[in-house]
Amino acid sequence: MATQSSPLVQTQKTHSVKKRIPARMKKNWELYLMILPVVAYFVLFQYLPMYGVQIAFKDFLAVKGIWGSPWIGLKHFMRFFRSYQFPVLIRNTIGISVYEILVGFPFPIILALIINEMRNGRFKNITQTATYAPHFLSVVVLCGMVVESLSATGIVNSVVQSFGGTPVYFMTEPSWFKTIYVFSGIWQNSGYDSIIYIAALAGIDVQLYEAAVVDGASKFKRLIHITLPGIVPTATIMFILKMGRIMSVGFTKVFLLQNDLNLSSSEVISTYVYKKGLLGSEFSFASAVDLFNAVINLVLLVTVNKISKKVGETSLW
Amino acid sequence: MKIKNSRADVVFLSVIYFIILVILIITLYPLLYALSASFSDPMAIVDGSISVYPVGFNLTSYKVVLTNPDIVSGYLNAILYTVLGTLINLVMTTLGAYPLSRNDFMGRNVLTIFFSITMFFSGGMVPTYLVYRKLGLYNNLWVMILPGAVSVWNMILMRTYFQNSIPKELSEAASIDGCSETGALLKIILPLSKPILAVLVMYYGVGHWNAYFNAMIYLNDRWRFPLQLIIREILLKDNMTGMSGMDSGVTVGQMLLSEGIKYAVIVVASVPMLILYPFLQKYFAKGVIVGAIKG
Repeated sequence: MATQSSPLVQTQKTHSVKKRIPARMKKNWELYLMILPVVAYFVLFQYLPMYGVQIAFKDFLAVKGIWGSPWIGLKHFMRFFRSYQFPVLIRNTIGISVYEILVGFPFPIILALIINEMRNGRFKNITQTATYAPHFLSVVVLCGMVVESLSATGIVNSVVQSFGGTPVYFMTEPSWFKTIYVFSGIWQNSGYDSIIYIAALAGIDVQLYEAAVVDGASKFKRLIHITLPGIVPTATIMFILKMGRIMSVGFTKVFLLQNDLNLSSSEVISTYVYKKGLLGSEFSFASAVDLFNAVINLVLLVTVNKISKKVGETSLW
Repeated sequence: MKIKNSRADVVFLSVIYFIILVILIITLYPLLYALSASFSDPMAIVDGSISVYPVGFNLTSYKVVLTNPDIVSGYLNAILYTVLGTLINLVMTTLGAYPLSRNDFMGRNVLTIFFSITMFFSGGMVPTYLVYRKLGLYNNLWVMILPGAVSVWNMILMRTYFQNSIPKELSEAASIDGCSETGALLKIILPLSKPILAVLVMYYGVGHWNAYFNAMIYLNDRWRFPLQLIIREILLKDNMTGMSGMDSGVTVGQMLLSEGIKYAVIVVASVPMLILYPFLQKYFAKGVIVGAIKG
């Protein structure tokens, strides 16, 4: 993201800063006009809500507004830490994330490796198009399909029964929730997530393969010794990104798969914030919970990035 | 160079193609099943006799779905929000990306940081809700369009495209010839940017079509609801009373009908995107790659 000004611009700056800057700004007035609505968007729709975060430290009163409500310090945070839901929410949030990373992370990589071994041609294109398809289903449709196929009369249970098993109530059994969440995600996104790895694989130097062929390495050996090491940097970056989000399980899918009976393993921080804040109107308390979560996320991202910088050479920034 | 595959390689390739086959079946079967079920006699869905093809082909489910006023209005709303929203996305993203792509645009580093900060910090659900309400977005169709008007990620993607794929000389030549910045952007830069525009249409369009969260928390009037919100009720809330036109008391026939309706709804809601994306696919694969290289 770091952009550098060209050498030309820098020499101009050193020569006559005072005269040049207004001159250049004047010359480019159209560009400033262009970007003005974009800046306005970010101020209104992104920075204004950030300014509103202060209600986490206040007792928000609708009549007094965000600015006028009285400061209260860390009261809401303390209430959250002491609440009986706190350990449950943390356990569920981290539990789902860790499960997702440990089980889900390898799938796109394996898929990319396999697609990479296919001969170029129509079948390869069709395979790629087909594996991306589930990504384009909406989360509502996906959850609908999951619920429908796992219902008592759904296709999964009819297969179970045809093998002589008893029907399983997947959706209402808390112990199944995380598995359903993770594997439906793998089904939906592995194909799409593999794009980035396929791109990385395409960037591996062909000469390496040619040399290996000359040395008599089999396809399998080439896969292990050339292809696999070739995507480690990309995989590391993706892993960092995922670790940094370990506390931010997406709201939408969890919320849609949730029901009163599986709540004990499906309530995560974001759904809790929604229920307390938007449904229960405990604006300040919910903001505090959300902010706590956001801070943890940021700390995690920075920490994981630092670790990976030390251990390997790959890092985000 | 072409080298004859050894025996080990033949085995290796066989394993690869076998795995591919399994993956394809796992990926496509649920989609195929939904399609078949939507065209089947609802009884066949419940008794589990559908395996691949529709059983007892009939169009009852579609008739109910396509004549339901909620679904029709949801569909029209979704089209409106998607088209209008994507159009605004494209305009706003271009307006941000083009100045940022210019070396002589002073303040672009500061602005890039200003924009990027929002990728790491946000107000969170509740402050955002309070602010948007204050801005008059509650139960307002613009809440479906304005909040995501620019994505920083897409803007950087487009900026990178402008920098790497469009020769600087073009805009310089245009300005020497007395062309304004706006003119150069519209007449020279954008016509050369079709690939990135296709990627953005794909990203933003899919996002709008599939969105339901903002609709759920901000929209109040039923006639404003986009399709996703309507189908959420049908698929996940088991609120079928309105659908099969009954007041109370669920009969077996109606319960059966509701099973068929669910699959028809799944198909109707997903078809637009599933038809659209293969055409744009060659572009968006590129888009992911550009983004990955110069994030």
